[in-house]
Amino acid sequence: MRPHHQHGSIRLSHEAPIQRRPRKTFDWSTAFIAVVVVVAAAVVYRRDGQARFLEILSSDFHLFVDILPKVLAACLIAAFVAVLMPRQVVLRWVGAESGFLGIVVATLAGVICPGGPITIFPVAASFVAIGADVGAAIAFITSWTLLGYARVLVWEWPFFGADFVTWRIVISIPLPIVAGLLARFIAGLSARTGGCE
Amino acid sequence: MIYFVDGLLWAIALALGLVAASRSRHLLRDSLREGAVDCLRLMPRIMLGVIGAGFVAALLPQELVGRWLGADSGIAGLCIAVVGGAFTPGGPVIGFSIGAAALKGGAGTPQVIAYTVAWALFAVQRLTLWEIPVMPQRLVWLRVVGSLPLPFLAAAGAMLLGRP
Repeated sequence: MRPHHQHGSIRLSHEAPIQRRPRKTFDWSTAFIAVVVVVAAAVVYRRDGQARFLEILSSDFHLFVDILPKVLAACLIAAFVAVLMPRQVVLRWVGAESGFLGIVVATLAGVICPGGPITIFPVAASFVAIGADVGAAIAFITSWTLLGYARVLVWEWPFFGADFVTWRIVISIPLPIVAGLLARFIAGLSARTGGCE
Repeated sequence: MIYFVDGLLWAIALALGLVAASRSRHLLRDSLREGAVDCLRLMPRIMLGVIGAGFVAALLPQELVGRWLGADSGIAGLCIAVVGGAFTPGGPVIGFSIGAAALKGGAGTPQVIAYTVAWALFAVQRLTLWEIPVMPQRLVWLRVVGSLPLPFLAAAGAMLLGRP
């Protein structure tokens, strides 16, 4: 998957088609979760009664309404990033030849990007679509999930308190780099044996 | 704090939108449509993920979780923590509240760290609802395999550093 490389030189064009994975509205993984949710809801209804059922439903519905604007913003950011981000910049900093530095840059990018786990995947996918390296993309996702400040401040801090959170973050700092390097190593291995996909 | 994140996200979206508009109106319109359509396609998943999570969480035996992850549960406790983290349903509220409850209920700190890290990395619900539909397949499995050692590394780090 490296359409930008020809004879060792990097061919860049703003008009080059962006490789996007077509999204289906409903698929097997969603169906699986749907079954689990329906079963769980039925069990709660039978075991705990209607009042408890409605209580859970309404509190989750508020969470849903709360999350919607974030998701819309994230999808728009991803769409804009895909068309606006100069490919040269992406390829130079986090492209296939970006090496260790690319993984470090991606880790830092994950730390400073806003949003929670819901918003990372569209953005990461659009980076990969315009030529980011897999190791860098994985370091980016891992860093966002483990070190992203938004999640820490909104969720983790109130539940665990400052001591535990600070400690967990210090321990987590090297982890995105490990994940990125390991993923890149496995990708190289599977490409060499031809066993991927 | 929640509004701060919302505000920041929308500020970024707006700034990018202005840049797109300054390039061409056509570009802006296409991107807006692309983003909105993506959001609509994700809607059923978000609905399931968020609204369903509460029901699944209501069925979890929370005290049991605390006992399994006890301070002297050792490597077995770590493995349970990692598997439990991966299979914890729902959003951050559930993952973090189980972790915090376990910590209060006498669970070991390395185990709880392994639990929260595993949950952050592998939560099956997030994987199936968000990542698999949105990301290229190869990237998903590379990320999961590449991240497998991380919860154990985090727990090892916690043991080495000792309590803060």
